[in-house]
Amino acid sequence: MLHIKCPHCGMRSQNEFSYGGDASVKRPELNKEISDEEWDNFVYNRKSLRGKHLELWQHLFGCRQWIKVERDTATHEIFNTYKADEEIS
Amino acid sequence: MQKYSIFNLVKNAFSNHENWDLAWKDPTPKEEYDVVIIGGGGHGLATAYYLAKEHNITKVAIIEKGWIGGGNVGRNTTIIRSNYMHDENALFSEFGMDLWRKMSQDLNYNVMFSPRGIINLAHSDAQMNAYARRGNSMRLNGIDAVLLNREQVKEIIPMADFSEDVRFPIFGGLMQPSAGTARHDAVAWGYARQADSMGVDIIQNCEVTGFDVTAGKINGIRTSRGNIKTKKVGLCVAGSTNILAEKLNMTLPIETHLLQACVSEPVKPILDRVVTFGAGHFYISQSDKGEMVMGGDLDGYNSYAQRGNLPTLQHVLTEGIAMMPFLSKLKMLRTWGGIMDMSMDGSPIIDKTHIDGLYLNCGWCYGGFKATPASGWTFAHTIAQDRVHELNAGFSLNRFSTGHLIDEKGLGTKTWIS
Repeated sequence: MLHIKCPHCGMRSQNEFSYGGDASVKRPELNKEISDEEWDNFVYNRKSLRGKHLELWQHLFGCRQWIKVERDTATHEIFNTYKADEEIS
Repeated sequence: MQKYSIFNLVKNAFSNHENWDLAWKDPTPKEEYDVVIIGGGGHGLATAYYLAKEHNITKVAIIEKGWIGGGNVGRNTTIIRSNYMHDENALFSEFGMDLWRKMSQDLNYNVMFSPRGIINLAHSDAQMNAYARRGNSMRLNGIDAVLLNREQVKEIIPMADFSEDVRFPIFGGLMQPSAGTARHDAVAWGYARQADSMGVDIIQNCEVTGFDVTAGKINGIRTSRGNIKTKKVGLCVAGSTNILAEKLNMTLPIETHLLQACVSEPVKPILDRVVTFGAGHFYISQSDKGEMVMGGDLDGYNSYAQRGNLPTLQHVLTEGIAMMPFLSKLKMLRTWGGIMDMSMDGSPIIDKTHIDGLYLNCGWCYGGFKATPASGWTFAHTIAQDRVHELNAGFSLNRFSTGHLIDEKGLGTKTWIS
């Protein structure tokens, strides 16, 4: 069982969250010429790293906020959690 | 190579079975090969076998990080089927069904193929309609499909919950009678033994650490046991595809996820089909040892752990008990997990790449085991001829950018949603 620290509510069980995938994926900027390759990378292509992975989760059965979680995909260790709009250095 | 036969079995009994040949050798890597297959799982071993058998290419090495058959070919629920709606998946899998039927004779190795039939249960009128449509599509492609009503399903699997007041009553089901199961380890070992006998080097405990690519061409690989020169490399490492792709500076339409399976304690024969629950994701069959073999959803987040988490197991088994209440009385014997290549449309990729001499076999999602022979056969063709076969032409890498997706379930790119 994962325990995820929601930045709004505190430590909660994984059962309260739903997964949202890779948080490093950026949507191509609007109002500019976008190539097929850029769309491809946004919609389909994923690095799917082994090790540290920044990902989106939603605290669905809690505050319903989307959050970012930095987790190890091999050991499931969670290093840090952030609010969705928080800048990560 | 010693043939496995009743005659040899009797003969070896006189020497207490101490003089059997080893099934495959343990060679040290040579300096150069015509083809190097990375990944000694079912697909890699099958590819090497068909390269030797169909294309006479025997200067082949299989490079395996661990031991052969220790990955997903040893971790699946052994289901074999071709009940697909889309042409690409249907024709490919049905070609594979034919290879499955001949496999034990072909490999001189009993893979215990058991065509016991698979039933997908339906729990609503809408689902019955969808199954009728899928069944019709299957039959148009020459695959056997039978639409069963509630009474017919009850006759076949009376142990399922047919009471009126359940949350998901059984309306009927779609059966593919020729589907079934096989002994998964035997598939890996059978392919390994034959490939080895035709001259393929099976190199275990050898990790690929890098690739030699110059001017868009592959020239060799670097491994923990030295460098190997080759002009052709086939990647058969579902579960670790993204890790090797990173070494090649490729980003693929694949996410790596964990899928669990489990078996109960062995019980007397009760279930002689493969059955899937239609209101969720749960499948079950009974092994020859009597264990109930069960599986279902992904754990739901990117994972390379090869071991699962309890919430998913609980969720999956809740579905199982809803479908067949007697399961609640059984004790769990083992649970385990394997890591999957989840492709963005749920279908695999068997294709050439932008690097000359680098071939890709990945993205098997939930369905890698049953594809083993067809995957090996078509991948061997793709490597040997340097062009895709019509059976795997649809499984191209660029279908995501061209929009020719094969989205069997209509799920889109959220691969962890099932």
